[in-house]
Amino acid sequence: MKIILTLISCFLWVSITQSQGKYLTKNGAITFFSKAPMEDITADNNQVLSIIDTDHSKMAISILMKSFLFKKALMQEHFNENYVESDKYPKATFKGEILDFNSVNNVLSTKQVKGVLTIHGVSKEINIDANFIKQNNTILVSGDFMINLEDFKIKIPAIVAKNIAKKIKVTFKFNHKPY
Amino acid sequence: MKKILLIILLIFINNSIFSQDDLLDILEDETPESTTDNIVTSTFKGTRILNGHSIENRKDSELEFIISHRFGAINLGFDELFGLDQSNIRFALEYGVTDNLTAGFGRSSFEKTYDSFLKYSWVKQRKGQKSFPVAISLFGSIAVKTIKDYDPADKRSFAESLSYVGQVLVARKFNESFSFQITPTYIHRNTVKIGADPHDIFAVGFGGRLKLSKRVSLNSEYYYAFDESESINARNSLAFGVDIETGGHIFQLILSNAITMIEKSFIAENTGNFFGGDIHFGFNISRTF
Repeated sequence: MKIILTLISCFLWVSITQSQGKYLTKNGAITFFSKAPMEDITADNNQVLSIIDTDHSKMAISILMKSFLFKKALMQEHFNENYVESDKYPKATFKGEILDFNSVNNVLSTKQVKGVLTIHGVSKEINIDANFIKQNNTILVSGDFMINLEDFKIKIPAIVAKNIAKKIKVTFKFNHKPY
Repeated sequence: MKKILLIILLIFINNSIFSQDDLLDILEDETPESTTDNIVTSTFKGTRILNGHSIENRKDSELEFIISHRFGAINLGFDELFGLDQSNIRFALEYGVTDNLTAGFGRSSFEKTYDSFLKYSWVKQRKGQKSFPVAISLFGSIAVKTIKDYDPADKRSFAESLSYVGQVLVARKFNESFSFQITPTYIHRNTVKIGADPHDIFAVGFGGRLKLSKRVSLNSEYYYAFDESESINARNSLAFGVDIETGGHIFQLILSNAITMIEKSFIAENTGNFFGGDIHFGFNISRTF
């Protein structure tokens, strides 16, 4: 009997420690914006997965490329087929570390996030500033940064160069809840 | 007691493995099973393979303006500038009523024909869960010939000038660069030239696309008609072409033995002999708004 009790408590303990310290969202929002002489292009993705491991100050993000919604269906088709090649590279990911995460509290503060961003099969180290706030047991992370399409081998043919900017502004907002 | 310790130890090890679990792996596990992302898209670039329709539809509320042009036959020689002096043109507006339903209206200079069609995307090709090997679209059109070349004693009524086409478009994208379509076709003509000509014609089309680069593909298309008119030396239509995509445009360059751009004409009433040099150069330009 004792053995069983010990075992059960062990299992419980295991499951408790597992759920401790991780915060997750399945509907994080990412918007990208391209400003070019011919036309502005925006796309929204509200199904971004993001997780924070508070014990290790780590963060990971997974973005399904086909979930980006454009105003024009043709833009969306081109985005998936010609630029990011969603069939070959269905996801963009980020994996990194939040510097000085332990000081995150219920006042909005800016922290550096450092890690590797993978888009279109190309990985690149990035270093961005993001705003963190911890409120009612949720961790809200938001901010924006620029990405250079060339860094991720996303080529823009000369014929449409006026329609698409070389640098794209990415805005994000993730509301993590305990996992 | 030793046993219990061992078990506890094992559980601890187990636990430490869990906590080392990669964060991206957790996200992978948490990703909801999506149905829309498994749909195979861009089987063909445009709504036409070359002469005939592809399974592709315009998206919701998109309006496409298509200008199609076929010149005269290349074997007309220098005097006709290898066919470029002659031309047959079709203007059309095609509108995405929903993502799966397109309605079109067009006017061809050949026999002054007006045509109208509906195309419905019925089944989509899917990968992964609930996978399905092919995409199926249904196509129906009605055309009216308004040219006044009839014998005055034999004036055609509006109803007599009508013809109908029904098609089942079945296509599969085998991989990123190769797609193939089979198109069973039924054509009904209310009026035919002579009594021996069939009012109903069955045909089957074959069309393929081979992508050469991200924006350029090589297409070919062939329609085999089972029933042929007696009054003309009807030939099956054959076409080769190149699709070039330039942002909002799709530009198709075509070499075909057919001079018309609507189904009932190029499938059932085509007389050009491709290998005899009756090759018409042409293009389709579409602009989406």
